[in-house]
Formats: sequence, C-alpha cells, structure tokens
Amino acid sequence: MAQPGFPRWAAVLGLVALVAPLAAPNDYWIGVMARICLYATLALGLNIVVGFAGLLDLGYVAFFGIGSYLYTFLASAHFGLHLPFLVTLPIVILLTAGSGILIGAPTLRLAGDYLAIVTLGFGEITYLLLINLDRPVNITGGPSGIVGIDPPAVAGFALSTNTHYYYLFLAALGLTLLASARLRHSRIGWAWQAIREDELAARAMGINTTVAKLQAFAIGASFAGIGGSFLASWQRSVFPENFLFTESINILAMVIVGGMGNLLGVVAGAALLVSLPEVFRDLQRYRLLAFGLMLMVLMVFRPQGLLSFERKESSDD
Amino acid sequence: MADVLAILPQQLVFGLALGTVYGLVALGYTMVYGILFMINFAHGEIFMIGAYVGWWVLALLLQAQAGALHPAWVLPLMLLPAMLFTGALGVGLERFAYRPLYLRGATRLGPLISAIGASIFLQNAVMLTQGARMKVYMTSLLFPRDWRIQIAGASVSALVIVMVAVAGLMMWGLHLLVQRTTLGRSIRAVAEDREMAAIMGVNVRRVIALTFFMGSALGGAGGVLVGLYYTQIDFFMGYSAGLKAFTAAVLGGIGNIRGAMLGGLILGLVESLAVTFMNPAYKDVVAFVLLILVLVIRPTGLLGESVAARAKV
Amino acid sequence: MLKLTDVDTHYGPLPVLKSVSLEVRVGEIVCLLGGNASGKSTTMKTILGVVRPTAGRVEFEGDRIDGLATEVIARRGISLVPEARRIFARMTVWENLSMGAFTRQKAPAGEVAQDFERVWTLFPRLKERQHQLGGTLSGGEQQMLAIGRALMARPRLLLMDEPSMGLAPVLVDQVFDIIRAINGQGTTILVVEQNAPVALSIATRGYVLQNGRIVIHDTARILLATDYVRRAYLGED
Repeated sequence: MAQPGFPRWAAVLGLVALVAPLAAPNDYWIGVMARICLYATLALGLNIVVGFAGLLDLGYVAFFGIGSYLYTFLASAHFGLHLPFLVTLPIVILLTAGSGILIGAPTLRLAGDYLAIVTLGFGEITYLLLINLDRPVNITGGPSGIVGIDPPAVAGFALSTNTHYYYLFLAALGLTLLASARLRHSRIGWAWQAIREDELAARAMGINTTVAKLQAFAIGASFAGIGGSFLASWQRSVFPENFLFTESINILAMVIVGGMGNLLGVVAGAALLVSLPEVFRDLQRYRLLAFGLMLMVLMVFRPQGLLSFERKESSDD
Repeated sequence: MADVLAILPQQLVFGLALGTVYGLVALGYTMVYGILFMINFAHGEIFMIGAYVGWWVLALLLQAQAGALHPAWVLPLMLLPAMLFTGALGVGLERFAYRPLYLRGATRLGPLISAIGASIFLQNAVMLTQGARMKVYMTSLLFPRDWRIQIAGASVSALVIVMVAVAGLMMWGLHLLVQRTTLGRSIRAVAEDREMAAIMGVNVRRVIALTFFMGSALGGAGGVLVGLYYTQIDFFMGYSAGLKAFTAAVLGGIGNIRGAMLGGLILGLVESLAVTFMNPAYKDVVAFVLLILVLVIRPTGLLGESVAARAKV
Repeated sequence: MLKLTDVDTHYGPLPVLKSVSLEVRVGEIVCLLGGNASGKSTTMKTILGVVRPTAGRVEFEGDRIDGLATEVIARRGISLVPEARRIFARMTVWENLSMGAFTRQKAPAGEVAQDFERVWTLFPRLKERQHQLGGTLSGGEQQMLAIGRALMARPRLLLMDEPSMGLAPVLVDQVFDIIRAINGQGTTILVVEQNAPVALSIATRGYVLQNGRIVIHDTARILLATDYVRRAYLGED
C-alpha cells in the first residue's frame, strides 16, 4: 500500500458492516458484532505497540482496565459524578494515554522478552490494585467491582440497544483503523518501523527512540481508553475479572493471528477470535485449550499470521 | 509492634522454606534462558503438573496402605515419578514448540509467544482432565504436625527441614553436574557458543533437550514440595508461582545457577517480611515490584553478567 | 583426504561459494588465500556442516560428508581453529582443552592426559594459566588456546581460519612454526589466510579464492612467484 488507504474491497466491507445488523438473526448476534468492533479497536491499539513498534506488551489489558475504571469514576453513581459522555470520553482517552507513558517509561531501555515480562508485571499489579483498592478507602469497589454506570448519551439520546452500541463501536473502529493507517505512513510510523527492525540503527539514523516508543505506548493505550470506556458503558458495570492476564493474551492473539502490523488482518483476527467461541458454544470448555494450541502452532508454522494478506513484511522474524 | 516481632522468626522460617523452593523452580528458567535465551513461560505449568503427579502417587499409596506411611520412602516415590514426568514433558515442549523456532533462527518474541501458548494449553489440559477444583495433599499423614523443633523462637516442622534439605541437595547436585562433569561442560559450551560446541563434537540438540529435562524435573520436584507445604493444589497454581520463580531467576542474574538459588532465597524472605509488615493482600505486588525494579535498574541481576551483551548472541 | 567438488553455498538467496573445487591430500599443508568476503570462512563452515552446500559434494577420506550434522563431521576427525579465537571465554583453560577432547571420551585413559602434556609442551603459558577463565587471557594466549583445543581432538585434518589475524608479527612467526610442527607430527592442515607470504612459506599447495570462486591453484612455490598473487597479496606493484 503506497497510499495511506485501503483497497476498494475494504470500502465494500465497510458498507457490509453498516448494514450487517439487518442480516443478524437476533439481538444476541448484534451484541457479538458489537464485541467484535470493540475488540478490534483494542487489538488495533496493541498492534501499534507490538506490530508497528515491535515492543511485546504482555500487560495491555492494564490500559483497558484503567480506561474502564476511569470512565466509571467519571460517569457513575460510584463517586456521584455523572459527566456527559462527550466530556468523559476525551478525558479518559487522555488519561489512559498518560498511563501508557507512565508504564512505558521504565521499560524504555529494555529489549524483547524483558520488556514483555515487565509489562506483564504492570498488568498484574494493575489487576491486584483493582481488586484490593476498596480498602482503606473504597476506590475500585474491590472484587465485586462497580455497577450502575451511565450509558452514553449524546444530545439527549441515550444509547440502549445492542444495535446502538454496535454503530458506536463500529464508528470508533473506523476511526482507529484510519488513524492506524495514517500513523503507519507518517514520520512516527517510519520511526517505529526502524525501531522494530533495529533499534541501534534507528538511533544512529537520528531517530529519538525514547520519544517514538513513548508515543507508541501512549497511542496504543489511548485506543484501550476508548475500548475501556465502551466496555464500562455497555456492561453498565466493571469488575477486575474483566482485566486478567488471559485477556491480554487474547488481544495479543488477535494481533498475531491477523499478522502483526497488518491492519485489516488484525480486525479479521478480532472477528475470528470473538466469533469462533460463539459458533462453537458447545465446545466452550475447550476454548482456552484450543487457544493455547493455536498460539504454538502459529508460531511454529506461520509466524507471519494466519490472515496476513500482505507480503510478509512485519512478522517478527 | 511487639506482636510483629514475636511472629518474625516464624515468618523467616516460612520465607526460607518458600525461598528454597522458588530457587529450585527458578533453576528451570535460568538454565533454559542460559542456553536458548528464551523465557520458558510454560515452566510454571510444569511445576504445577509436578505437584499433580506427586498428589497422584500419594493418593495411590494412601489407598493401598492407609496410615503407616514413612516419608523416608514415600517422598522419593513421589519425587521420582514427578520429576521423570515433568522432565519428559519439558523435552516434549522443547521438541515440538521451541526447537522448530530456534532452528529457524526466529527472534526472541516467537519462542516467548509459543511458550505462552504452551502454558495456556497445559493449564487447561490439567483443568479438563483433573477438574477445576483444588486437590488436597494429605501431608499430615506423612509428616505429623507434632514433628517439629524450636529454633530461636520459631517452630520448625520436619516438613520444612525436609523441604530445605531436598531442595538444597538438588541444587548442590546440579551445581556439581554443571561445574564438574563433561555433560556440564558441554551445557556451558552450548550456552556460550552453540556453533563452536558443535564443532567440538557436541550434539547441540541433545544438550538443549537434556537441559530442558533437568530444568523441568527440578521444577516438578518443586511442585511436589510446594504441594506438601501448602497442601492445596490447583491447575492455576503454576501461573503466579512461575512468575515468582522467574523473578527469583532474574533477581539472581538469569543464566546464572547460583544466582537462581540466591534470588529464590531473597524473594522468599522478602515476601515473608512483606506479609509480616504489610497488608497481605499486596504480597504478590511485592514480587512484581521487585521484578520490575531489578529489570529496570539492574537487569544483570545480583550475580549476573551483562544480559545486554549476551542478548546479541 | 578432503575433496570439494563444484560446491555452491548460499546464505539465503545470496550465493557465497560458486562451484568451488579443492583438494587436500594426506600430510599436506594447503593454504586458501583470499581477501575479505571472498568466501574463505564460508568454505570452512561448509566443510564442517555449519552451513549446507546447495550443490556439489564434500568428501572426507572417501565418504560424502555434506549433509551430515556438524558434530558427526567433527567426530570423523576434522577440527577447527576458528577465526577471531572463538574460545569459550567463561570456561577455564583446562575446561576449554577438555572440550577439545570431547569426541574422545571413549579413548584409553592415559591418551587424553598425554594430549594435555603435548599441549602444555607446545604452550607452557597455558599450563601456568590452566585454572584461569579463557576470557581473561591475552590475544596471543587465546590463539594458543584455540590451537591447543583443536589439537586435543587429535584431528586427522585441522582447519585453521586466519590464525595470524590480530597477532603481533613475532607471534605470527611463532604460530606458523607451531603449525609446521603440528604438520610434522602427522596432521594434515588446511589453513585460510590473508597473510599470504607467511602462509605460502609453509604450505605445500595453495588456492586463491575470489568472490566465491577458485581463481588460481598451484604449488606454493609457483604461487609465490605468480604475478597476480604477488600483486594482490604480497603488496607488490
């Protein structure tokens, strides 16, 4: 892709997505489609860190959790704040991006698997804080989480049905997809690619790797801020269990299945990994088993991703 | 404060017991990292499976002969199958999930993700076959509660003494093997320069497989000891125990065998102190904060050499 | 003893060796000359099976060895003194030498001890430092250790990759004296060098490798007199 755009069939796909709820057999499936859009947005955020900049973040779910809880703090009965959706969302995005910088900063000098482990550690710490910060002052609601979160309302119209949420999430997905495509071919995008290929060489080329990495963390985290806000407002509740390590791996798997760095692949990866368990509901017990097996088989046989439509340009080896 | 000081010796004993086992499990991480530069994320699950095998053996023995079990022969009977099984499992993982990657010369993320996949797979395989509910080790039938001595205000049970002794012996044995034998020298040679080791006539693949066997067997033994100590095991126990043992390995300097033992002891003691002086809910946070601090401030660990230099290999 | 016939070797899609044929006969010192990136080290790696040739054959004592694993080739009696003295820096001198004897674990007990003595006689300095870590030795001592380690395998064919590189001139002469001595004790030698005058002075025959092709081969004496070699490698106009 020379231009920051998508092939024509991607536009067709977008149109199909717009009318998809009409074809859904029931409301439940519209909900599944909404979740696909939500997770695709998250996966695109992680893709910026892992796929574009080559930084293996195993604690991405921390940003998802931080986004969700921040939204909850600002728009629920928990603290009695009921900020409007269009005010809350930008604040959450900014703060989550800030948390990305905060968590990213200590990891800057670390490479490869060490960075992965430190981010994993941050993810675990975030989870432990969420579950324990109900004492001495009740901040997070502890293990039982927080309920009674405001639904998004714009100009007096409050979202209520799955279809409403589907279109909200789809719009956000469209925006993050466009933003990702633009970023990839921007100066930052090239800097990320240079870092991914060879960090020392990137520095020798005059790229400020510190800034570029922090930008990756911040932008990746801001996508999670969007996703987190959406999850909180859609579920009308948040629980620490939403933000376990397996969720980080789940989102990472979407990126890997789709082919790291490959935008439409990542969206397709999200669609696949959200819908497959729905299709094989009877086999729900075996979901994680198959999931682990899939990660191994992919790494052994097809490290560039299952759905990599492009030439292998961004896999990690 | 007086209360805290009164329970301190006891906490230190817990810390020591836990620390030796962390060290034992950390050896698996450190050996594999030393030779392949990969974090064997599934090592925690290998530890967990060791605990299950030990539980099975104990349950079978109890069924055959309720009562009258003496630890002097039951413990080896539990450890041996657990170590053989987990050792073989480690070799299997290496063969199917990691070797294709290192032979291809994949970078470090591929093997790590494959290892995470293996970890999730093993966890769920155990959950599906053994059930999600915890299993209880009948430790008190093996080590009666009144087998204990008083040392400096702490009550030390026979189990703790046996744990420390078994773990210590295994570490010492490994140390001798690595430092004094031809196999140990070939392991170190492969860790340092795989190509030159092959030119010396070393079968590199076999040495790597053997390293996995030994590291996994020690992890399995750690599982049995932890099972006896905590008396409750479940399919998820390997996740946090694995992360802690990894922390111990990093703390001591990953790739360094003595470092793993030292790191395990320090982590065990720090954790027991944290439980004494802090809100126990944050016990696990202590380990993670320690891990992050070490990686960020001194990634070489206490006894390690420059990881940055080794990472280039 | 060693025979390469029309060997091609690639790194990925990149051809490095193009139809290389060369032969080393029992008892010879054969010298392979070539500049940087001419394919010398790749020739060594191909012989040892570290990289696989894409075409052609490598034979050792009449058997094909291309396609065999490196450790299997090593056990057949080929040993290497690697480029840039790749000794095991975190192992002691004694341990390095004992790794050299790795293929001979089933040898009679006294034999390996004898070989240690042989290395100690050749390099008394190594004996003094046998408990020191390899990485703490000086450059010259490391080169001696690399040679000693290769000798511990009692190779029938010894490959040497630029043994003079980075050594002071005095040491270069010393190393080549030792190479001649080793050859005198019955070891066949294939030595890769950039330092043509010294190498040719002890060699029986020589090959010149350029861009992955053998461009000239002849006896050492004739090569020393050849215009091309004089210009390219002896620094004469």
